[in-house]
Amino acid sequence: MNEKALIEEDHYENTNLRDNTIVVDENIVYQVPKTLKDADFHYCPGCAHSVVHRLIAEVIEEMDIQSETIGIAPVGCAVFAYNYLDVDMTEAAHGRASAVATGIKRVLPDKYVFSYQGDGDLAAIGTGETIHTCNRGENILIVFINNGIYGMTGGQMAPTTLVGMKSTTSPMGRDAITMGNPLKITELVAELPGTYYVTRQAVYKPNLVRRTKKAIRKGFELQKDKKGTCFIEVVANCPSNWKMTPIESNHWLEDNMIPFYPLGDIKTPDGRAK
Amino acid sequence: MSEAKLMKGNEALAEAAIRAGADAYFGYPITPQSEVLEYLSREAYQRTGMIILQAESEIASINMVYGAAGTGKKVMTSSSSPGISLMQEGISYIACAELPCLIVNVNRGGPGLGTIQPAQGDYFQSVKGGGHGDYHLIVLAPSTVQEMADFVKLSFELAFKYRNPVMILTDGALGQMMEKVKLFPQQPREDIIQGWETIGKPEDRPSNVITSLHIQPDKMEEINLHLQKKYREIEKNEIRVEKINCDDADYIITGYGLVARICQKAAELARDKGYKVGVVRPITLFPFPYQTYFELADKVKGILDVEMNAGQMVEDVRLAVNGKIPIEFHGRMGGIVPTPEEILEALEKKIIGGAE
Repeated sequence: MNEKALIEEDHYENTNLRDNTIVVDENIVYQVPKTLKDADFHYCPGCAHSVVHRLIAEVIEEMDIQSETIGIAPVGCAVFAYNYLDVDMTEAAHGRASAVATGIKRVLPDKYVFSYQGDGDLAAIGTGETIHTCNRGENILIVFINNGIYGMTGGQMAPTTLVGMKSTTSPMGRDAITMGNPLKITELVAELPGTYYVTRQAVYKPNLVRRTKKAIRKGFELQKDKKGTCFIEVVANCPSNWKMTPIESNHWLEDNMIPFYPLGDIKTPDGRAK
Repeated sequence: MSEAKLMKGNEALAEAAIRAGADAYFGYPITPQSEVLEYLSREAYQRTGMIILQAESEIASINMVYGAAGTGKKVMTSSSSPGISLMQEGISYIACAELPCLIVNVNRGGPGLGTIQPAQGDYFQSVKGGGHGDYHLIVLAPSTVQEMADFVKLSFELAFKYRNPVMILTDGALGQMMEKVKLFPQQPREDIIQGWETIGKPEDRPSNVITSLHIQPDKMEEINLHLQKKYREIEKNEIRVEKINCDDADYIITGYGLVARICQKAAELARDKGYKVGVVRPITLFPFPYQTYFELADKVKGILDVEMNAGQMVEDVRLAVNGKIPIEFHGRMGGIVPTPEEILEALEKKIIGGAE
């Protein structure tokens, strides 16, 4: 299906979706999770944040842990995550989400605690907190959205911006010599003894969405083991700041981001690693 | 049952935290307050299950406090001047999100890395906000090791009463010196759930959100007005001040914390010389006892303000008396503690001499 079809009204003309006659209990195979609030996402069209929010909400609903879950929103595009995820949430200062999560988990060790952070938040200003939280092996889940750019502030270079990639602060493309190389923080935290499960996923294709959901579910479930930090990177797009259509951005992501940030488990509880 | 012990100020404060039923402490070593973290690491978890965590920085500490305080637990941290500077962003978030917690600043000499000796250069930072935006901490200034212990309990009471961060502003000398202290009995650790905490959302209530982000200006102004209203309420109810021999006084020496005790000695020396001198010691620095000075200004000829800084609280004393009488300042900096003799000399030269 192309973008044109998606936005064209008459695509649905001959279906009976419009009058809701097929929306009856026995036909429902997919619906909005009860753990999502009744609010429209503020995210740009095509942005991965909406998908990952929904996956987290689905997992919380399916595990029936809404009353035992506390989330931490970052500073970045996902700062308003608490407007969508219907769980108790704390909004952290820029980069400090994993320290905030540590504080919560230490006093409520039996609750499910997760932080949701972008690349600027987790891998630039919050690198210290990220490394030390993972090194202490805090029993939390860190969901790390890596789209290689500062979205909320309007497209500046991120720690994960690829070499050669243009941003408002690397207008000629990232130059490794003067600006440094993109930081593979996921591989870095996987080296720490405190991490329990480290994986890199993406959501630009349906099968990848399913895999990411499985990873998120695993990240929540493994908290019960109390054996360390679960860390899930989601390589994501940013159509607005990459200055592409959603579909172009997904192609660009597949062709450029994925070769540098390869998908798959990096560290698993049973010791298998890529 | 209370018991008397000879203790260092920092240790008395740590012991009081355990006894006050504190749930968690997050901190980072810095002289001259590392004994707090050391004492708690040794004693706390075994005795009450209080969580103690040495963070990777003061920035991490204060954000751990932010997270844990958001669950309604009794949470604290302690540090000294440069470390407190690092915490200011987090303190601003905590103040805006209205989370109860205790922050202890064992003030050392600055600016910069400064010295590890006692100082009071953090008065402005502590009572006027410190971080970004319009907010206040409730600031308590102990002057004895006894108060170092007692104010921990008081701090948690005030923090939860007003859902506001409380700071104990003390200095390196009080932290390090040993005095007899009567400890209050062990309080139980108990959860007091008020309804706003992020502890997991049951089906029958909306999700709780702890945030300081209000992107709509009218909403952000509303939050500010609410905070200001709370601060006025605190000013109305919580001013604490000690007046010593002020009834017949012609002159006042004023100072807070350790300096107030040296001022007392100086006042005694002055009385030996025939000058009627009293001492005013603000115990709460926010809220500040403006009215006390305002009223005294009608009775006395002048006030000497003494601080271990370049003159910070003196601005509030001047505001309070509003030009009615001369206010002079004597200060030492860089970790130097003034002697009673030099305070008396300053009093004679700047106030008594000036008034006659």
